[in-house]
Amino acid sequence: MALQGRELTVGQVHSAQVVQDLKRTQIVQYAGASGDYNPIHTDEPYARDIAGYPTVFAHGMLTMGMTGAMLTDYVGDGRLTKFGVRFTSQVWPGDDLEASATFEGLEESADGTLANFAVETVNQAGAVVLKGYAQARVD
Amino acid sequence: MAVDNFPVEAGHILMFARAVGDDNPIYRDAEYASGTEVGGVVAPPTFMQASAQFDPDYFLRPKPGKPWFGSGRDSTGITAGDPAGSTPSEGGDNKAVLHAEQHFEYHRHPRAGDVLTATTLPGKRWEKEGKRSGKLTFTESITQYHNQDGELMVTAKGVGVVTERPVDQ
Repeated sequence: MALQGRELTVGQVHSAQVVQDLKRTQIVQYAGASGDYNPIHTDEPYARDIAGYPTVFAHGMLTMGMTGAMLTDYVGDGRLTKFGVRFTSQVWPGDDLEASATFEGLEESADGTLANFAVETVNQAGAVVLKGYAQARVD
Repeated sequence: MAVDNFPVEAGHILMFARAVGDDNPIYRDAEYASGTEVGGVVAPPTFMQASAQFDPDYFLRPKPGKPWFGSGRDSTGITAGDPAGSTPSEGGDNKAVLHAEQHFEYHRHPRAGDVLTATTLPGKRWEKEGKRSGKLTFTESITQYHNQDGELMVTAKGVGVVTERPVDQ
């Protein structure tokens, strides 16, 4: 179900918990599916001894992928026209992440009505781990 | 990165959706997907990143008979000073390339069965002083994904950053 543009109110927030207690196994799953085998994400001795981090950390693209699931659940499948983010903090095993989209307004285009959203994903401590925008075709 | 043949496969979409924790049936159930507005199994929004699987030279995948910088007997498989063993980061040191930004523009959403090509152009390069990790060197790249009919499907812009030292926690 796609969104009805006229029913959206500026400032309206949609949010979803996209992961609870992120497991190292999920990071491994993402490495395998995406093809990004950088050992900094899955290889504890490398991450600690060589890269100098306390442990492995998630691919930024895993956080973006989980945030994307919040968006497609909200705006509908095949409706996104833009989705862009900055990775502002690392995501670690054990993190809980909450992703949100805040409606900013509508614009008209040749493809129909487009809705603009500010996108943000925060961890259990309230730190912003991802910040960006999305745009979707609405009815 | 140049990928001449990126087949968008239903099984790959299923695995990718599982990895990001997305249980939407449109990624795994062709019958369900055929009844939706999209009309078929569609790629999740960040799926283009998985084109790395089809880049024969992708530097973050171990390759048979080639040195690999992940741990084995030692914490890294690379011997310091080994010219064949430079890490993927520029300069052959241990500074990892971190992902700073990613942007997608969807002209059309690729579906299972599409066969894409990916063409990457280098973008800007700039430096910045970071509070938590010393000097930051950013590098941008722009990738265009076309389908089997030559139609532009997705434009992706990625920004990588090399930090002077690990990011302070």
